[in-house]
Amino acid sequence: MTASLQHPGYDPERLLCVAEKMPCRVAQAGTLLSLMGEPAQYSYPSIFLYGHRSTGKSHVINTLLMDLELPHATVSCVECVSVGLMFERVLLALFGPDTSTLLPRSPSLSDFVRIYRQQAPLSPANQTRYIVIEKAELLRDMDSNLLPVLVRLQELVDDNVTVILLSEIVWDRFRPNTGCFEPLILYFPDYSKGDLQQILSQDIHPSYSPELYSAFINILLGVFYSVCRDLRELRHLAALNFSKFCEPLKEGKVKESDTHKLWRNIEPHLKKAMQTVYLRDVSSVQWEQQLQQTEEKECAALKGLSAHAHVELPYYSKFLLIAAYLASYNPARTDRRFFLKHHGKIKKTNFLKKHEKTSNHLLGPKPFPLDRLLAIFYSVVDSRVAPSASVFSQISSLVTLQLLTQLGHDDQLDAPKYKCAVALDFIRAISRTVNFDIVKYLYDFL
Amino acid sequence: MSTSSVSKGCFVFKPSAKKRRKTSDIVDYFSHGCDGGEDSSLRYTLCKKLWETIKEETESLQDELNRQILEGLLHFIKRCCSGPRHTAGPWEARMRASEIPTAALVLGVNVPDHDMTFQSLCELLQQSVTPHVACLQAKECGALKSLMRKVLERLVGSAAEEEEDEEEGDTHPHPKGAHCTLATLCEWYETKSKKSSTPGKKRSSEEEPARPPIVIIFKDLEAFNPRVLQDFILICSRYVEQLPLILVFGIATSPSTIQQVLPHSVSSLLCIELFQSLSCTQHLSTVMDKLILTHHFPFKPNAKVLQVLVSIFLYHDFSVRNFIKGLKLALLEHYLNQPLSVLCCEKKEEVELNTTQLSHRGLESVRQLASFRRYVEQQQPQEQVALLTSDQHMKETCKKLLKDLYKYHKNYYPVLRCLHALTRSLPRVPLGKQIRELHITCLEGNVWEREEYRSAMQLLRMLAKEELLRELRGCQEILKLCRSTKMRVSLERLQELLDQFERLDEAKPETAANEDMTSPAKSMEKKTDLFQLQKTLLEMKETRRTKKLSGFEILRNEALDFIDALVRSHLVPPETQPLHEVCYYSSSALLRRHLNATPRTSIQTALSSPYHYLQNDALLTEDGGVSNAAPDLCIVHKLHLECGRLINLYDWLEAYATVVSAAEGKDPESEEYGKVDELKHARFIQAVSELQFLGFIKSTKQKTDHVARLTWGGC
Repeated sequence: MTASLQHPGYDPERLLCVAEKMPCRVAQAGTLLSLMGEPAQYSYPSIFLYGHRSTGKSHVINTLLMDLELPHATVSCVECVSVGLMFERVLLALFGPDTSTLLPRSPSLSDFVRIYRQQAPLSPANQTRYIVIEKAELLRDMDSNLLPVLVRLQELVDDNVTVILLSEIVWDRFRPNTGCFEPLILYFPDYSKGDLQQILSQDIHPSYSPELYSAFINILLGVFYSVCRDLRELRHLAALNFSKFCEPLKEGKVKESDTHKLWRNIEPHLKKAMQTVYLRDVSSVQWEQQLQQTEEKECAALKGLSAHAHVELPYYSKFLLIAAYLASYNPARTDRRFFLKHHGKIKKTNFLKKHEKTSNHLLGPKPFPLDRLLAIFYSVVDSRVAPSASVFSQISSLVTLQLLTQLGHDDQLDAPKYKCAVALDFIRAISRTVNFDIVKYLYDFL
Repeated sequence: MSTSSVSKGCFVFKPSAKKRRKTSDIVDYFSHGCDGGEDSSLRYTLCKKLWETIKEETESLQDELNRQILEGLLHFIKRCCSGPRHTAGPWEARMRASEIPTAALVLGVNVPDHDMTFQSLCELLQQSVTPHVACLQAKECGALKSLMRKVLERLVGSAAEEEEDEEEGDTHPHPKGAHCTLATLCEWYETKSKKSSTPGKKRSSEEEPARPPIVIIFKDLEAFNPRVLQDFILICSRYVEQLPLILVFGIATSPSTIQQVLPHSVSSLLCIELFQSLSCTQHLSTVMDKLILTHHFPFKPNAKVLQVLVSIFLYHDFSVRNFIKGLKLALLEHYLNQPLSVLCCEKKEEVELNTTQLSHRGLESVRQLASFRRYVEQQQPQEQVALLTSDQHMKETCKKLLKDLYKYHKNYYPVLRCLHALTRSLPRVPLGKQIRELHITCLEGNVWEREEYRSAMQLLRMLAKEELLRELRGCQEILKLCRSTKMRVSLERLQELLDQFERLDEAKPETAANEDMTSPAKSMEKKTDLFQLQKTLLEMKETRRTKKLSGFEILRNEALDFIDALVRSHLVPPETQPLHEVCYYSSSALLRRHLNATPRTSIQTALSSPYHYLQNDALLTEDGGVSNAAPDLCIVHKLHLECGRLINLYDWLEAYATVVSAAEGKDPESEEYGKVDELKHARFIQAVSELQFLGFIKSTKQKTDHVARLTWGGC
């Protein structure tokens, strides 16, 4: 423990207890406490906490508020599909269940302020009230006046209230065009490797020694630290893989002190976990099952989600998709060259404008009109196809399958525009099934 | 309709009960469209009965096919609600991040078929696991708010109904107008589970877990707004401790779309298990197998009709449901338009009965059938006379012929299956991989005259012993299943051949040893000049050609000759059978027109040759052009074809006025000719706006007084 939490307003023993619950975050908690001041004192109107995912923002603030028994309301913006819901939650938590019914249907901000002002004197608090708003970045998508009001709510309701905003992004990205009151900003840095080691090592498995577990965490961090610093994920991964780590111990092959052998045993598994279960390509239940199975047979490796990339499509849908791909990645001026019989020779260098010389695959798909799609479709498909309703409906079903995207355009009925949303590998696999050599028709590969 | 009232006003007329019943009567509708007349109701009942059997068959088939995947899913959900938290130790349970169990159900791109699968999934879940199932479709969940509302409606609403059933619907836990959030759902769930866990209640049965999971099914994951989905999952993950939530994703393309739709921060909240359904082509094969490649159903589509149905499936939609719908349409059309379809019944007795009841007119139509006339021509003269004059004799013959047709079908399908079993694993599968391809080939003409058949036979004559025996045993299994006498005989013969093959094994060693070792190799050893070498080589070739066949080869040829004979006698196309018109539906063009509509072509036809639809003789022209008496729209369309991408409206109007004046019979020399008066102007404007409505032109800002063409081509 580097620094202990100290504040004149609170009982030191209780603070000690709180500090134990938040390892490696005592410094931030201390700053926060001093910002909050003594319970009865007016606090700063708004505080903005930011830092990456799982750096302990919510944990620290919630532990402080809970354990020090301060009146507070916690809402998460992702849950609040409407502002009314947020107001309701806040009032409910601060003033009891009756108040939230006072809110009218689809309440406005002023309704909220009015009711708050009504209620605050009825239940006067001699302590600062706190409103904690998680995922505050979503506030920006809500009403434009909401954020400016929240940061200076104290003034508006004339009460000892502090709004604490939690976010993963910096305050600069919040500031509205019209400007607003600046909250105090507090940064939560990422946990360092040592911090992670210290925190993770606390989850000791009851039947093994702390040293062993700490050694395991060390190995785990050695593999995963470069790709993942998310405490929640790391803890999850530790739980998934610890049983495998202990396997040789259980069988009595290795002693606890022989860390090198244990490392040799677990390392390949962890590497594999990084490619599969960490990416959720394989679910954690499947991963555990596989770990149990591998003892019996090494084969039958689990196929992840990404292994099933194959898509079965009707014959004409395949050609429509191919045509869409060609239309998206070939400049329209080159269509003559690919789809006309007597096109004459066109030299690549002289023919194209400067910007077209860069690879179209690097630039991404370009929009094309329906006419062009159909023209290419009729020239690539080998048989005569009647322009039946089902050919057109296949285009729209390709759109719902998200293989094509329809672009917003003012002329949706007469000349809709599309983009092809599949990758080169995918389209190559598709065209292979219909014996169509797509590479020959792509301008980039000429 | 009139009233007795003198005053003006609004009057409500309730349709009389009688009338309503009449409109709903399909039989009348059917007989109205029927051209047969008297036996239409009989045909209707036959059609209905047959369709119902087909429907039942397909539904049971569907259940059968879905069972595996649904059972897997059910098992998964049961396991989830009993929970990994119980199985693992307390330490793992504490350490594991709480993930939402999720099933990714890959169903293929045949989206129309999915509804049925989801419906049976819902029913199955509600029967055996949990009453709380919510099915969501993307189009009803545009925003997070509506998604939430739908979830709550489906879950709380269904439970409210249930409570009303139990006559205790006084406490609606979810008051209308309250916010739809998962917190509300949470409260509702708590009260619900408390209620059901109180003893003495009916609902707390043993097999239902105390906390039944809440299953939320996303029918079409691809179509959901990714933003909404992500937010919903984030919210769910906050409640997963209190609510046993389980998600099911219906995926049409491939499971990797999950990774495209959800970022890692969201997908790490899920514990996804994959379930892959049967591919739709396999599904189609089973359906074909059960409905078409069997003699149980008297109704048969002919080669072209089948081709239309299969090609719509393969080329356009991959939807089995649409395939069956197409089959239903063919069935209806057959019974509607073929007067002799009265004879197309499932049971033999019915056929007999209906034949005896045939009227004179019916018999006349039988006599006019092409296949029957062909049959008559093959008979003796006096028999011919009898057939054409005596109705009684005719009926007897009909019965006999129909029985023959039935027998033909009974033999046709087993032999077809045998041939397919033999040829499906040949290199480059000359006769098609799927049995339906072979079936269509056989329907089209004599299969043994085709080049593919010959090459298949040649390949079969080169098969090694083990392979041949395996295939023949497969045939034996197929033949064992059928009961006709001819097939019995064939089965015995096949058995005999197989026995011989086996005996060959015992006899072979000695014969093989002494036959081959003749001299040619020895003669090579002598030193020879070029001429002699050539000579010996020629000799060797000769000996090889006439080389005595080994026992196995003789037997193999025998077996294949036997198969060939079977094919030649039983796989003749149905067109050769008399009275085949009774069972076979043949108007593929009609079916194609109905199922694979081409609106664009129809409009084009209507505009370029109005006679096609209007049937007015004044519109007929020799050269196939548009006469100037045609409707204004056609004239305007014809004129617009002569223009480029941009059309000058004034020029167009002038041209139009000229054409119309000619139609009015005005003298080309007169001053009035080709002059634009108000009436013509108005007609022209109307025609142009109709053309715009049809999507041939649109207004443009590129040039004043011009419109843009939206189609290519023209004169």
